[in-house]
Amino acid sequence: MPEPLSAINDFVVKFANVNGSGSASANGLFAKAIIRMGVPVSARNIFPSNIQGLPTWYEVRVTEAGHLGRRGGVDIAVALNPQTWDDDVAEIVPGGYLFYDNTRPMPASKFRDDITVIGVPLTTICNEAYKIPRERQLFKNIAYVGALSWLIGIDTDVVEKLLAEEFASKAKLIGANIQAFNLGRNWAKENLKPIGLQLRHADAVGDRIFVEGNNAAALGAVYGGATVCAWYPITPSTSLAEGFMAHCEALRTNEDGSKRYAIVQAEDEIASIGIVVGAGWNGARAFTCTSGPGISLMNEFIGLSYFAEIPAVIFDVQRGGPSTGMPTRTQQSDLLLAAYASHGDTKHIMLLPADPGECFEMGATAFDLADRFQTTVFVMLDLDIGMQEWLVEPFKWDDAREIDRGKVMTFEDLEAGKDFGRYMDVDHDGVPYRTYPGTHPTRGAYFTRGTSRNRAAGYSEKGVDYQYNMERLLAKFATAARAVPAPVTRAAKKKTKAGVIYFGSTTPAMHEALEALEAQGHHVDAMRVRAFPFPQEVYDFIHAHEEVFVVEQNRDAQLRTLIVTEGGINPAVLTPILHYDGAPITARFLIDSIGSRMSAANAIREIAE
Amino acid sequence: MTYILKPKLHHPELPTNALGLTRRDYEGRISTLCAGCGHDSISAAIVQACFELDIAPHRLAKMSGIGCSSKTPDYFLGQSHGFNSVHGRMPSVLTGANLANRDLIYLGVSGDGDSASIGLGQFAHSIRRGVNMCYIVENNGVYGLTKGQFSATSDKGSKSKRGVENTESGIDLVALALQLGATYVGRSFSGDKAQLVPLIKGALSHHGPAVLDIVSPCVAFNNHAGSTKSFDYVRAHNEAVNRLDVILGRTPITADYEPGTVTEVTQHDGSKLRLRKLDDGYDATDLVGAMHYLQMHHAKGEVVTGLLYVDPDATDLHDRLGTTDVALNRLGTRELSPGAAALAKINAGLR
Ligand SMILES: Cc1ncc(C[n+]2csc(CCOP(=O)(O)OP(=O)(O)O)c2C)c(N)n1
Ligand code: SF4
Ligand SMILES: [Mg+2]
Repeated sequence: MPEPLSAINDFVVKFANVNGSGSASANGLFAKAIIRMGVPVSARNIFPSNIQGLPTWYEVRVTEAGHLGRRGGVDIAVALNPQTWDDDVAEIVPGGYLFYDNTRPMPASKFRDDITVIGVPLTTICNEAYKIPRERQLFKNIAYVGALSWLIGIDTDVVEKLLAEEFASKAKLIGANIQAFNLGRNWAKENLKPIGLQLRHADAVGDRIFVEGNNAAALGAVYGGATVCAWYPITPSTSLAEGFMAHCEALRTNEDGSKRYAIVQAEDEIASIGIVVGAGWNGARAFTCTSGPGISLMNEFIGLSYFAEIPAVIFDVQRGGPSTGMPTRTQQSDLLLAAYASHGDTKHIMLLPADPGECFEMGATAFDLADRFQTTVFVMLDLDIGMQEWLVEPFKWDDAREIDRGKVMTFEDLEAGKDFGRYMDVDHDGVPYRTYPGTHPTRGAYFTRGTSRNRAAGYSEKGVDYQYNMERLLAKFATAARAVPAPVTRAAKKKTKAGVIYFGSTTPAMHEALEALEAQGHHVDAMRVRAFPFPQEVYDFIHAHEEVFVVEQNRDAQLRTLIVTEGGINPAVLTPILHYDGAPITARFLIDSIGSRMSAANAIREIAE
Repeated sequence: MTYILKPKLHHPELPTNALGLTRRDYEGRISTLCAGCGHDSISAAIVQACFELDIAPHRLAKMSGIGCSSKTPDYFLGQSHGFNSVHGRMPSVLTGANLANRDLIYLGVSGDGDSASIGLGQFAHSIRRGVNMCYIVENNGVYGLTKGQFSATSDKGSKSKRGVENTESGIDLVALALQLGATYVGRSFSGDKAQLVPLIKGALSHHGPAVLDIVSPCVAFNNHAGSTKSFDYVRAHNEAVNRLDVILGRTPITADYEPGTVTEVTQHDGSKLRLRKLDDGYDATDLVGAMHYLQMHHAKGEVVTGLLYVDPDATDLHDRLGTTDVALNRLGTRELSPGAAALAKINAGLR
C-alpha cells in the first residue's frame, strides 16, 4: 500500500451522486466553505441529459496556488452512487481516499488495497434522526459534508455562517441544516481521525466572486442595455435566459411594476432570432441565447442580419456536437458554424470569453459592437464557462460609460438636411448610417430586404450594386477587426521559436501548463485570442514563431482553420492540439501533448546540429 | 431621400385628410406584379384605409415575408419603413419590431405559402402571443412567385392550371386564427374594395392580433375554371355576413338603421366598428357561434366573408408582459444600465 496522500490546500475531491437526490446544494456548500477559508477552488458539475435517477458528479479542485482548470485524477472520492461505484473507485489515484456510506456492507472485491477506505453509516445516522423520507435523503447530503469537514478540516464557523446567509429568509432551516451537518461531523469525530489531505485558512481568494458564465453574460446583457430577449430552451444556454429574467426583475422594474425589458420564450430558435432581428431593426438592443442546434436553425436569419445589416447578439453556449451530440458536455466546436453561418459569402464577429468575468464584459460590449457594425455578434461561451461556477475578479463597471448606438441618423440630422443613403459608405469604414422606423415624417424611410439593393436601398440586381455592397461588407469586417477585444499575450521567460494560441475555457489549464512546461525547460510564448475577425497582432505573432500550437476543444481544429483561411497562414506552422472528449481540457493533457512534441522537436534539432 | 416615389403631380383639388395628406402621399413604388393580380387591389385598399384613418405614414411599419404578396409593401406607403424579411418568418420579425417600439402601427403582409406552408408555426404563435398587429394574408391558393405550385390553403379538389387535382386538405386560416385567440378576424376578397377597406381600417385600429384572410386571385397561375381561388369562383360563392363601417371619434354618427340589425363595438383607440348584419344568424362577438357558422358554411363550399369575430376587450403582448409605456428603443443608458453601485451589491452576493 502506498503512503496515503498528504497535502495542504491542494487536492481533488469528487462527489458521485444520483441526479435529483438534492446533493447539489450540499456540494455547493462544500466548495463555498473552502473559498470562505481563503482557498481557491475550481468546481465542476458533471451531469447527464436527464432529470432524475442518472449519475451526476461534482468535482472540486482545492488549489491554493490558484490553478482553476481541471486537474484530472481524484484524491478523495465521495462515492454515493452504487451505479457508478466501480468507475468512481477506479479513478482514485494510488494513496487516495474513498469515502462511502457503509450502512449496507460491501464485498471486499469492491475495494482497492492501494487506497484508504473510510466508511460512514450515513443512512443509519439519518434514519435514526429523521422520520420523513425526504428529510432523511436531503439531510444525508448535509451530513456527509459534516463528516468530511472533520476529515479534511473545514472550519465549522464558516459553514454555519454560509447556512445562515443561504437560509436568511427561512430561519427554521438554518438550525435544521446545522444540526444535520453536526450529525455527520460528530459521528466522524467520535469514530475517525482526520486524513492526510487538509485545509488551512489562507489568503489566496481576495475579493474574487464565484459565479457561472451564463449568469455573468446575462448580467452583462443588462448592463449593455439589452431590452429584448427571445429564446428557446436548450442546455447549456437555458440558465442565461433565466439569469436575464432574474436580473431584469431586480434591476429593470419600475416603481409601478412595469418593465423596462421584454422577454419572450419563442416557439423555436428561428422565431427567437426573428424576434431579435425585428427588434434590432427597430432600434432596441436584442439577443437570443442558444447552443449549436439552435445556431443551425437560425442560419437563414443570420445571413439576413449580415446582408441587410441589422444588429443582433447571439450567445452560443457550446456543447458537444454534432447533432444532439453530447448535450451536457463541453466543447468549442461551433466556431466555424458561427463564423460563417448562413448561405452565400458571410462572416460574423465572434467574441471568445475565457471566464465568467469576460462573459460579463463581453456580454455588454457585444451590444455596442452589434450596433456599431449593424450585424450579428456571437458571444461564444461553452458549457464549462456557462454552467460552472468560476472564481473570478469582481465585475467592474464605469459609470461614465454610455451605450454606443453606432451610426444612427436622428430626426434633427434629417431635418438639418443631412444626406441619407442606407447603404452608402460615407465615412470610408464600410459602416453606413441607418434610421429607426418612425423617425421623420418625410425623410429617412427606407425598405429593408435580404435581396440585393443599391446604395439607396432600392431593389437592384445590377452586378455593380451587388458587388459594391459585398465589398463594403468586407471593408466593414476589416474595421471590426480593429475594434474587437485585442488578444492577450504572455511572453516566455526565455526567447523562443515556439508559440501557442488558445482561447476560451482552455485558459486556466493553459496557464497552469505553461508554468509546468517552463519548469521542464520548455519555453513557449502564448497568445489568447479574444475575438474574430482576428486583429493583425494574431498574424504577427504567428510570423514571429517557427511553430505555433493551436489549442482547442474540438476534433477538427476549427480555430486553426479560421486562422489559416483568414490570414493566409501556412498550415504547416500551426500544430493542432485537440481535446474533445467532452470533459474540460486539463493542464496535464497540455503538458503531455505540448511537452512531448517540444522534446521531440528539440531532439531532432540536436541531431541536426 | 432614398425613396423614389411615383411622380407626384400637384392636383390642388385632390381631397386631403386630417393630416393634410392626399391619397397619393400613401402610395409607394410602381408595382412590378402581373397586371390584374389581386394583390395590387389589396395594396390600393391599404392606401385608401391608411388615408382615411389619417395615419402618419412614418408611424406605420410594413413587414412581410417572401412571395409576390410579400413584395407589395414596396408598392404602398413609401414614407413608411418596410421590411421584406425571410420566407414564412414575418411574424417573428414583426413581433420583435413591436416589442422594440410599441408606439408604431404594425402591418404584416404575407401570402398563403408564406403563412400557411413554411410559416404556419410563426403565424400561429404570433397570434397566440397576442401581438398587436394587422396581419394580412393575400391568399391565392398557390405559390405565385415560384410559378404556381399548390399552397397549403388550396382546397382539396381544386384544380391546377394544368388540370392536376389537389389531394391534400386545405388549411383555413380564419378557423385557425379564431382557435388561436386572434381578437379581430375577417375574410374578404381583393375584388370587393367596398368590403375590404373598412375591414383593413378596423384591423389597423384594433388593439391586439387582427388577422385578415383576403382571397386574392393569381391571374397567372390560379384563375382558371376548377380553381376555388379564381375571381369567378369567389364571386359566385361569396357569402358576406355583415358590412362594416369604421367610425373615427370625430365623425358624427348620422345614418339610422333598423333596431337589431346593427352592432356597435368601441375599439381601444376610441374608434367605433359599426356592423350591419347581412345574415340574421351571425353575431361577430360570439366566438363559438362564429366557429360553428364558419364550419357549416365551409362545408357547403361557401366563402364566408366580413368581420367574422371581434373582441372589444382585447389585450396585446405588451399588456401581458407588463412592459413600460415608453418604447423600449427610446430608453437610454440611465434607464438601462444599473451602474457600479448596483454591481457592487451583486458582487457581494457572489462571495
Ligand atoms: C427558405 C425558402 N424556401 C423557398 C423559397 C422560395 N419561395 C419564394 S416565394 C415562395 C412561395 C410564396 O408563396 P405565397 O406566400 O403564397 O406568395 P404569392 O407569391 O403566392 O403571393 C417560395 C416557395 C424561399 N424564398 N425561401
Ligand atoms: S404570379 Fe400570381 S401572385 Fe404573382 S404577381 Fe403574378 S398574378 Fe400576382
Ligand atoms: Mg400565394
